[in-house]
Amino acid sequence: MAKYITKRLLYLLFSLYLIITATFFLMRLAPGNPFTGEKQLPPEIQASLNEHYGLNKPWYVQYGDYLVKIAHWDFGPSFKYNSRTVNDLINDGFPVSLFLGVEAILIALALGTLLGIIAALKHNKWQDYGAMIIAVLGISVPSFIMATVLQYFLAIKWHIFPVARWDSFMHTILPALALASTPMAFIARLTRSSMLEVLANDYIRTAKSKGLGQTAITIKHTIRNALLPVVSYMGPLSAGIVTGSFVIEKIFGIPGLGSHFVMSISNRDYTVIMGVTVFYSIILLSAILLVDIAYGFIDPRIKLTSGKKGE
Amino acid sequence: MEKLLEVKNLEVSFQTYGGEVKAVRGVSFDLHKGETLAIVGESGSGKSVTSQTIMKLIPMPPGKIKGGQILFNGEDIVKKTDKQMEKIRGKEISMIFQDPMTSLNPTMKIGRQIMEVLTKHQNMSTSTAKERAVELLRLVGIPMPEKRVIQYPHEFSGGMRQRAMIAIALAANPKLLIADEPTTALDVTIQAQILELMKDLQSKMDTSIIFITHDLGVVANVADRVAVMYAGQIVEMGTVDEVFYDPRHPYTWGLLASMPSLDNDDKSELAAIPGTPPDLIHPPKGDAFAARNQYAMAIDFEEEPPMFQISETHFAKTWLLHPDAPKVEPPEAVKRRMRKLASTFEKPVLVQEGKS
Ligand SMILES: Nc1ncnc2c1ncn2[C@@H]1O[C@H](COP(=O)(O)OP(=O)(O)OP(=O)(O)O)[C@@H](O)[C@H]1O
Ligand SMILES: [Mg+2]
Repeated sequence: MAKYITKRLLYLLFSLYLIITATFFLMRLAPGNPFTGEKQLPPEIQASLNEHYGLNKPWYVQYGDYLVKIAHWDFGPSFKYNSRTVNDLINDGFPVSLFLGVEAILIALALGTLLGIIAALKHNKWQDYGAMIIAVLGISVPSFIMATVLQYFLAIKWHIFPVARWDSFMHTILPALALASTPMAFIARLTRSSMLEVLANDYIRTAKSKGLGQTAITIKHTIRNALLPVVSYMGPLSAGIVTGSFVIEKIFGIPGLGSHFVMSISNRDYTVIMGVTVFYSIILLSAILLVDIAYGFIDPRIKLTSGKKGE
Repeated sequence: MEKLLEVKNLEVSFQTYGGEVKAVRGVSFDLHKGETLAIVGESGSGKSVTSQTIMKLIPMPPGKIKGGQILFNGEDIVKKTDKQMEKIRGKEISMIFQDPMTSLNPTMKIGRQIMEVLTKHQNMSTSTAKERAVELLRLVGIPMPEKRVIQYPHEFSGGMRQRAMIAIALAANPKLLIADEPTTALDVTIQAQILELMKDLQSKMDTSIIFITHDLGVVANVADRVAVMYAGQIVEMGTVDEVFYDPRHPYTWGLLASMPSLDNDDKSELAAIPGTPPDLIHPPKGDAFAARNQYAMAIDFEEEPPMFQISETHFAKTWLLHPDAPKVEPPEAVKRRMRKLASTFEKPVLVQEGKS
């Protein structure tokens, strides 16, 4: 177990290293620099800016410096916001994004599994068709459209929720719903098909032959096994939530990490782009690792060993 | 002997896209207390559907009991609701399935899968049920049961899983145990052990057993009586001796001739029955076996044969037993085994409709 986790952590570090390197060089390749676009700067100022941010050093020195700094959890200064570091932006924005993300994941999981379970238990009845229509809508309608639709009806027309901003819990509900809609639909479909698969298994018939009632069979024998694929979907799910939140935060004017990220891309704010990318990579890779470890606890057939049997 | 189970004219169908599959077409048999009845027949002959219907385990829909009665201790199971069945399943009647690899829940500890039955039917507390689960595992011959109860099915071998299945099935001392090909998925030595275990437990607990198999070889060892099924009907039924030493139905002859045995070293005779079973959506007119029957007569293609009685316990559904039928010789492999049995009637007797 400990061996397995160490090994996975090493993989994680290696993937991170690759991501950092790739973002570093992609940034170099992109045309222009942070100071183009604004009014023409006198060459002396340009030079001193380059000096200040270390842009005049050879690329390998810059690369080396960057790696060392990241290892110390220092993502450097922002090119655009004077006197603000990337760490400041992350510290400000991430708690907001995290709250939104977790809320969306909880909504997606709760509603998605519920819909999926109902659909499977009422296979080929109206409940099934209803749930699957919701799922198809959720998958095919992009989150930014969902966001606008929710804003229009629930906020502007019926005044149930505030339209935008991030001031109270009520403000968090619409963006979380918009963010959750697509993953919720995926989870509903996944749960449904996985439930149907489990229900067709011989051991469900065994459970019935023991005299267990429908409820006991569903709770003790079906749901647990049917939710295993949903657990492994949690990794991609968190990735989807993170990328989705870029747009949603922008639409609802939420001061999260996502809106900083989007802003920094149009500003060509190198250090912010790189820092946030690296930060998100760490979050996602850890999420995937946690999911895998959790899976090992939930499914007794999977042994968390490093390949060799019987440890 | 007291009758535990009486199945009368049972008809079961499945509604499919292709039409109505008539899986069981008028099956009647009974079972006494402590008795073992073997049901044999080719794949698709309706053995599993018949036995699962007794516990109402067939999926409904698409399955439907179209007619007949299943009297268990005198009460008709066909009429019972699902709630009432919950009190019978696992407690009065329980079942062992063919594939021990898939019949146990992979993510639940073996002990808990046994305990479920005990807490449901015996009103046991969790702690007594846990102790009883260990005892049951020991009873079915699983070594180190204290360690095994907290293991998962994947930590058991195939034979051990089937033993665990037997422990689950016998946990509540059922009056009837249905074993649907319990050894087919196991290798030969394990098969023998499981059969031995079942016989042993039956004598201890005095359960009646319906033993389903397509291997006639094991029948002689385990059963008191044998029912031969073909295309959803019982075509011959009798004591083990009657079916093995005085078979009357050409399908039974075919099964016996294709059965490998020690005294049959002449390979050329070990012939499978040619042809395939009929389509159960459109069962043929007349005798369902006629098309594959080398002894078929004109009437076999026209009219379904009635049941004839050969002894107090021996029945066969073939026109060959009609007084006007020509005398035919069974295949050599079967003939060699034939014996004159004392209980046989002078002449086959036609069984009246509605009574058997
Ligand atoms: N759920 C179902 N839907 C449709 N047809 C079914 C269903 N279950 C069984 N049948 C049909 O009923 C017939 C009898 O099947 P059954 O499983 O009882 O055969 P069996 O004698 O047990 O065969 P085997 O030796 O292969 O287990 C078959 O033709 C089968 O296709
Ligand atoms: Mg079967």
